[in-house]
Amino acid sequence: MNRFCSLFSGLIFGLGLTISGMTNPEKVINFLNVARSWDPSLAFVMIGAILVSAPFFYLVKNKNKPLFAESFSWPTLKEIDSKLIIGSLLFGIGWGLIGLCPGPAIASISLIHHSSFTFILAMLAGFSLVRAYNLIN
Amino acid sequence: MTIINFTPISSVIGGLLIGLAVIIFFIGNGRIAGVSGITNNFLFSKINRLDNFLFLLGIILGPLLYRFFTGTTIPFVIDSSLILLVSAGLLVGVGTAIGGGCTSGHGVCGISRFSSRSIVATLLFMFAAIVTVYVKGMI
Repeated sequence: MNRFCSLFSGLIFGLGLTISGMTNPEKVINFLNVARSWDPSLAFVMIGAILVSAPFFYLVKNKNKPLFAESFSWPTLKEIDSKLIIGSLLFGIGWGLIGLCPGPAIASISLIHHSSFTFILAMLAGFSLVRAYNLIN
Repeated sequence: MTIINFTPISSVIGGLLIGLAVIIFFIGNGRIAGVSGITNNFLFSKINRLDNFLFLLGIILGPLLYRFFTGTTIPFVIDSSLILLVSAGLLVGVGTAIGGGCTSGHGVCGISRFSSRSIVATLLFMFAAIVTVYVKGMI
């Protein structure tokens, strides 16, 4: 059942990304282009998503077990450290350069576009670099 | 500043669906639906590998489902400069791995939990992205 849950959740996620317009890098760039010609739409994606999930996370706080797993994996990190700050800034620069973040990048695989494949391979290389660095240190 | 291509309704509907997906993943599997983390774990960890794969497969199938039901093509307009694509991909990969999340993990799930880490992360990556687009537009 948790297998079905993972696939179903991914499907709804991918459908949401597509309907919202986030799968089009041009629309993302127009959203980020606040100083010139601005498309505010993608702020509404975040508002819509948070509108549903914020009350949910509040309500689920006191539950002790998910439906198909042993326990809830609540994020445990609390500290605002240099890793969080530097990582988020680097991510933002990459996002602004092309207009793709990980979710829409994965979704765009089905659109079969060579630029999307190039981006994803570089992103996976980025994951691997950090992984290798962490293994060495 | 001028407002262009504004699609608040479809964007809110898409957002509501993303929120719903976050709920399904958490209430079912007990995990945060952050795409960078799930992709990273799928690559390097044996734990939950099949679930991570199925979630990512679902995301890939999402646009196809949309095309099947609406019969419309999905626009995908992107700067195709190789050097930009590779730099952007590397920065997104390294940045989300170091910072522990992306638009979904920090931006949606984290803010929904009122996590101060995620609120800081989201403000920072939004700021960096807006500045990047502004600077790129001057060149």
